[in-house]
Amino acid sequence: MSAPELLSYRLWVNGHAREVEGGRLEESLLYVLRERLGLTGTKNACEEGECGSCSVLVDGRLECSCTILAASAVGRDIVTLEGLSPGGGATALQLAFVEAGAVQCGFCTPGLVVAVTDLLARVPEPTDDEIREAISGNLCRCTGYGRIVEAVRRAARAQAAGMRTAP
Amino acid sequence: MIVTKAPPLPRLGKSLRRPDGMAKARGVFKFSSDLDEPGMLWGHLVRSPHPAARIAEIDISPARAMAGAAAVLLAGDVPGRPTYGLNYPDQPVFASDEVRHVGEVVAAVAADHPLTARRAAEAVAVRYEVGEPVTDPEVALRAAPVHPLGNVLAEQRVVRGDVAAEGDVVVEGYYETGMQDQAFLGTEAALAVPDGQGGIDIYVATQWLHIDQDQISASLGVPHDQVRVHLAGVGGSFGAREDLSMQIPLCLLALRTGRAVKMVFGREESFLGHVHRHPARMWYRHSADRSGRLVKVEARILLDGGAYLSSSPAVLSNVACFAAGPYRVPNAFVEATCARTNNPPCGAMRGFGSVQVCVAHEAQMDRLAAALGMDPIELRRRNALRPGDDLVTGQVLEGAVPVIELLEACSSAPLPPERHWETTEPGDLALPGGSGRAAEPLRVRRGVGVALGFKNIMFSCAFDDYSVARCRLEGGRVTITTAAAEVGQGLVTLLHQIAGEVLGTDEVVLAEASTVGIGSAGSTSASRQSVMTGGAVQAACQAVADAVLAATAARVGVPRASLQLAGGRVVSDDGCVDVPVAEAGALCGECFEETVTYQHAATAELDEKGQGDAHVAFVFSAHRAVVDVDVDLGLVKVVEMTTAQDVGRVLNPLQLVGQIEGGTSQGVGFAVMEELIVEHGRVRNPSFTDYAIPTALDMPPVRIAALVQEPQPGLPFGAKGAGEPPAISSTAAVLAAVRDATGVAVNRAPVHPPDIALALAPGTRAGQGDAGVTPS
Amino acid sequence: MPVAVPHDLDEVFAALEAEPEAELLAGGTDFMVETNAGRRRPRSVIALRNVGELGGWRRKGGDVVLGAGLTYREMLEPSFATLVPALAQAARTIGSPQVRNAGTLGGNLATASPAGDTLPVLQALGAGISLRRSPQEERLVTVDDLLTGPKHTSLCPGEVITSVRLPASRGMQEFLKVGPRNAMVISVASVTCIVDFASKSVRISLGSVGPFVLRAEAAEALLAERMDWEARRLPAPARDIADVVELVRSAAAPIDDQRSTATYRLHAVGVCAERAIERILRRAA
Repeated sequence: MSAPELLSYRLWVNGHAREVEGGRLEESLLYVLRERLGLTGTKNACEEGECGSCSVLVDGRLECSCTILAASAVGRDIVTLEGLSPGGGATALQLAFVEAGAVQCGFCTPGLVVAVTDLLARVPEPTDDEIREAISGNLCRCTGYGRIVEAVRRAARAQAAGMRTAP
Repeated sequence: MIVTKAPPLPRLGKSLRRPDGMAKARGVFKFSSDLDEPGMLWGHLVRSPHPAARIAEIDISPARAMAGAAAVLLAGDVPGRPTYGLNYPDQPVFASDEVRHVGEVVAAVAADHPLTARRAAEAVAVRYEVGEPVTDPEVALRAAPVHPLGNVLAEQRVVRGDVAAEGDVVVEGYYETGMQDQAFLGTEAALAVPDGQGGIDIYVATQWLHIDQDQISASLGVPHDQVRVHLAGVGGSFGAREDLSMQIPLCLLALRTGRAVKMVFGREESFLGHVHRHPARMWYRHSADRSGRLVKVEARILLDGGAYLSSSPAVLSNVACFAAGPYRVPNAFVEATCARTNNPPCGAMRGFGSVQVCVAHEAQMDRLAAALGMDPIELRRRNALRPGDDLVTGQVLEGAVPVIELLEACSSAPLPPERHWETTEPGDLALPGGSGRAAEPLRVRRGVGVALGFKNIMFSCAFDDYSVARCRLEGGRVTITTAAAEVGQGLVTLLHQIAGEVLGTDEVVLAEASTVGIGSAGSTSASRQSVMTGGAVQAACQAVADAVLAATAARVGVPRASLQLAGGRVVSDDGCVDVPVAEAGALCGECFEETVTYQHAATAELDEKGQGDAHVAFVFSAHRAVVDVDVDLGLVKVVEMTTAQDVGRVLNPLQLVGQIEGGTSQGVGFAVMEELIVEHGRVRNPSFTDYAIPTALDMPPVRIAALVQEPQPGLPFGAKGAGEPPAISSTAAVLAAVRDATGVAVNRAPVHPPDIALALAPGTRAGQGDAGVTPS
Repeated sequence: MPVAVPHDLDEVFAALEAEPEAELLAGGTDFMVETNAGRRRPRSVIALRNVGELGGWRRKGGDVVLGAGLTYREMLEPSFATLVPALAQAARTIGSPQVRNAGTLGGNLATASPAGDTLPVLQALGAGISLRRSPQEERLVTVDDLLTGPKHTSLCPGEVITSVRLPASRGMQEFLKVGPRNAMVISVASVTCIVDFASKSVRISLGSVGPFVLRAEAAEALLAERMDWEARRLPAPARDIADVVELVRSAAAPIDDQRSTATYRLHAVGVCAERAIERILRRAA
């Protein structure tokens, strides 16, 4: 078998240009983020668009990075979990997840944080139905979702109250 | 509601936040799949596509020749023991002559890129002579052996009282449970790093570091102390990581290539690469007198263990012990068998045998209540185990047995309001089927069901069960070392709280869990770590506190007897000394270190008649489910789950709620959707597309009606493990609610829409008899 | 470069000319699942997401023209949903919010899954699908022309699905889908029913009960025949609907698979058809 053709291209991730060297055509954005760019906050749980663990924002829209061909994402504005708090601190939402008991094994947590960040940007005061529909693409096996919904409620309240919460 | 008979403690009982919570929320916590090492290779396993075949020939040359491929290993490359296994090593590291299930490992490859590794694995040419698989456990008991050790993996009888006794009313039923998967989010992953001197470090998501070490060492032929197993971040386990997955092949690849090798299972491989919950077939016969008192329970239970042993004997023992449910049963005859087949191997999953029998014994109790014309809650109350009763195994229950309290709390909790569907539009998320718009509001029926269940906690049947912990106190700072696996359940939080409780400080650090320099903590299973490693940490901290007390007496020049430990403080009789233990230790200027092994009270094997004090302690669980069912389509929406739990003592309320909600959710999933469909030995749905687990729109709110806190004598702080009980009775409660809503005699978990809809459809069996399945 | 990311159709056709074997990539929600699993090994890819001409939708006379790149999420926008309600109803049931943000109409057509949820709606609305292989060459096909079997289409090499034309605000529309989970579920059976009192026409399309989406033409004809179009009612609703449902079931050709059984699919498709008709009649009254 001949060696595969290697690709070089530039992605725009969390506001920075990131060069990918020696990539392969089939690599998903998920793979490139994790294995080439070291952004392991984006998790790999199914690679079939069915669990939401690899959620990222692409041009402001919530998507699964596993269903994006990395080399086709040139020129798009990609925001990962790591890009949600540019200062490196925790967001109010992340704090709400921890305080509400929404984190157990934590494998689904990054994807949920990205999904809920997207929800609260669009719908600042969501109903429980809106919360549940918005996170229905993010599977969690540990919590049964009760504390996750509670964390979203808390974060929405904090946001509505205009609170700036620091860790 | 918290029903408490336990006095409060300063630190335990508070909702301390998880120490790893923020790292997880920020994505900086390192799961096993996040690890890397410069220059590392990627491993991939070659698996059998056949459930039964002889291996005629393996040609690895095309794989070896592939650019980027670094190694290809076969059975002949295993230097040590060629097999492994939790209970007994009956499973080949690499199959060489025969494969016994789809997914059995035949070879391993390492390459410079995961894609290359996968393609090299595909290039390993295995010529199989395909045989006829044995896929029915009943057939397996009579069939030619699937394995040299035969097709009976385990059997256990329980014979109690007069097996000829007969009550006035008799009900019989046949029940089945399907194959459930743990379906954790973080698939199997590990990184193995050779040390260049023949030894190896493996960083792996597992449940029990030391049993991994034992098995890896044996097959590698590398001395125990040169196999160092380190816990990497675990993305859930629920039993599936108790058996080895990739550990031995991965270490072999690393030793062969002299380079670090990483392996991560994809989702499909994860479904094929770990054990599942045993499918069960259960025939039951209950008899009672006219007042509803149980006279006798008879059961024949057959589990499908799949191709290899795993923990089947222990699961089967539980099935036999708990077959009759948490009831007073004067006469019993239980015959439980686990068969070996060419299906995927089954083993540990949350609830461990109790889940399956709970589906059956609770359906039988409802059936008996109907036959007696009695309220099913009242029937359960009359028969519920009480303190001092004995089980069908003859074991007398000591300590808390709050079955009636749990039942009453659950059944008397307010019901959610009835829906008024007149104004509901199709597509309302409250309707069964959610946004699919298929449900018709006026064809939705509500049902309510209650179930009780119980099981053992910690290892049973004379197992040498222990955990080792070290406490080091230096300069006021506490370091706790154990080899216990944190898998998401929150043990790390509890160990902080326990150490803090004993030593009067919040300055506690947990060392990384590994096999280096510390003994085994045992498995993170059987709801045991809060008790076992919690107990070991408590004892180690207590030993340090005792030493601090002695040193403090010497330092301040008072008799040792004049000082006491109270609430994490060293206190003198006269009140002149009153200081937290940790601070007192710092004042002494010494380093205190104690290593303690904690063991629970000894247990016995069950004898041939299933009699014996096999268990240390028990937990009881109750659930009430409320469901809405579209009776024409068989679509189920679980509206609410109410539960009451027997917890001994609440150590961390928030984490306890998390265990209860999460365990309940897995039970709900098993009741209405989760099943690995195996046909002719092949899993038909090894993906998250087709193995459905509950989403946020499937899992309803959980109402906790009661947490009964009655500290269990003999356990640290009196706390019982809380991981499994919420998963035991939830499935049975949902099925009871579906029966109540539809009138269909649902006798199988999970219930699929056709089981309901076709049973009720005009022209078919209109709710008569057992829906979905018939006994073979 | 084995990956082209063109910005307009001319660039797409140029890329196709340069790489005739290149695979077209739309939202990626099917393509990448297969690629990740190793079942698809693309050697060259043309990604369509940046092609502006494929995006969005517009009114054209009494019709709506949907770009092939229209996402499921965009179909949920109220301004679109009021024009083609059944398509919005179908779109809401597809995958997860993440998938709805990425997946496209053109991708759903090209994947040609019997469970593709927009397909029965397009069929029922008599959608005209525009295919191009150069700026000059356009071919207009129907859903039935395009879909030739499970995951098989009549697309020619080098042909691009560019747009889909549908009638706007056509009749009363109902889409119902059955699956074993309350979200993120693949259809076990679906029914699209459109009753247009203006043109006195009925369309009933079935998803997931055959090798491709199926029209229940005999059922459509019977319902149209029995309907009292002026009074907007059926003379004997219970019997009439039962007769139509019988014909709906006879149009279905379901199979057993890991998701459900043929027997249940047959049953469910009838229940859904009955409900769809009842809902439309209730609203019409």
